[in-house]
Amino acid sequence: MLDAARLDATFAALSDPTRRAILARLAQGDASVTELAEPFAMSQPAISKHLKVLEGAGLISRGRDAQRRPCKLEAEPLAEATGWLIEYRQYWETSFERLDDLLDELKRLEKLAGNRN
Amino acid sequence: MGFAGPLTVTTPSDREIVITRQFDAPRHLVFACYTQAPLIRRWLNGAPGWTMPVCEFDPKVGGRYRYEWKSPDGYVMAMGGVIREIEPVERIVSAEIFDEDWTGGETVSTIVLNEANAQTTLINTIVYSSREARDGALATPMAEGMEYGYSQLDRLLDEGFDP
Repeated sequence: MLDAARLDATFAALSDPTRRAILARLAQGDASVTELAEPFAMSQPAISKHLKVLEGAGLISRGRDAQRRPCKLEAEPLAEATGWLIEYRQYWETSFERLDDLLDELKRLEKLAGNRN
Repeated sequence: MGFAGPLTVTTPSDREIVITRQFDAPRHLVFACYTQAPLIRRWLNGAPGWTMPVCEFDPKVGGRYRYEWKSPDGYVMAMGGVIREIEPVERIVSAEIFDEDWTGGETVSTIVLNEANAQTTLINTIVYSSREARDGALATPMAEGMEYGYSQLDRLLDEGFDP
């Protein structure tokens, strides 16, 4: 069964480009707040705020090491959300491929009509 | 066939889905495929095996459209809408609703067509009434599959489980 509330939290967390970039960084390996703040030219409190949203959505977890508290990507909720996106995307890609074929046909017809003038 | 650009699907805010796609054709042709019923039904005919028995589109401000899709075993899904803005070859804004209203009210779709070097970039922004509605829409292909499964089950129950 689908957990709608959790999916809502996931999509809300994913709606921000900085948070998506943080997830992309964490996909390459765990990182501390300091390490995460560096490439984004953002203050640590600003990054911490984003991390709190990501943690609330279950997309990341924080380590126990009191000093570093490294952030870790939690793959499952992300996979669930993107799984939906992948199916939605697949539906549109199939439709757009039919549209590509139709556009090719129309271009040929236009060319024929143009050549006759 | 020329190169058709990659499809992207993003969720920039709680209530939105943005679909972008590049087509190897000038935008007047893409516009025609979005606004002329005989062309719409050639490509917007649903999942494989589905048909589109009803496809009506009145391309003017205040004009209505209606689509009905039918699954291989007869399940019908339908939606209707009204055109709010239409600027030939570049922009269509419409408000639409599914008959079953699983999107929890009207959704507003804006289609923008940009042309450069005989290529068209389509940007379709769909704004839902709520985040729940948006998430539901993202799950549609899955919901369709589920409905399909249920209708099969209904038929089986009707017929009885004769060996």
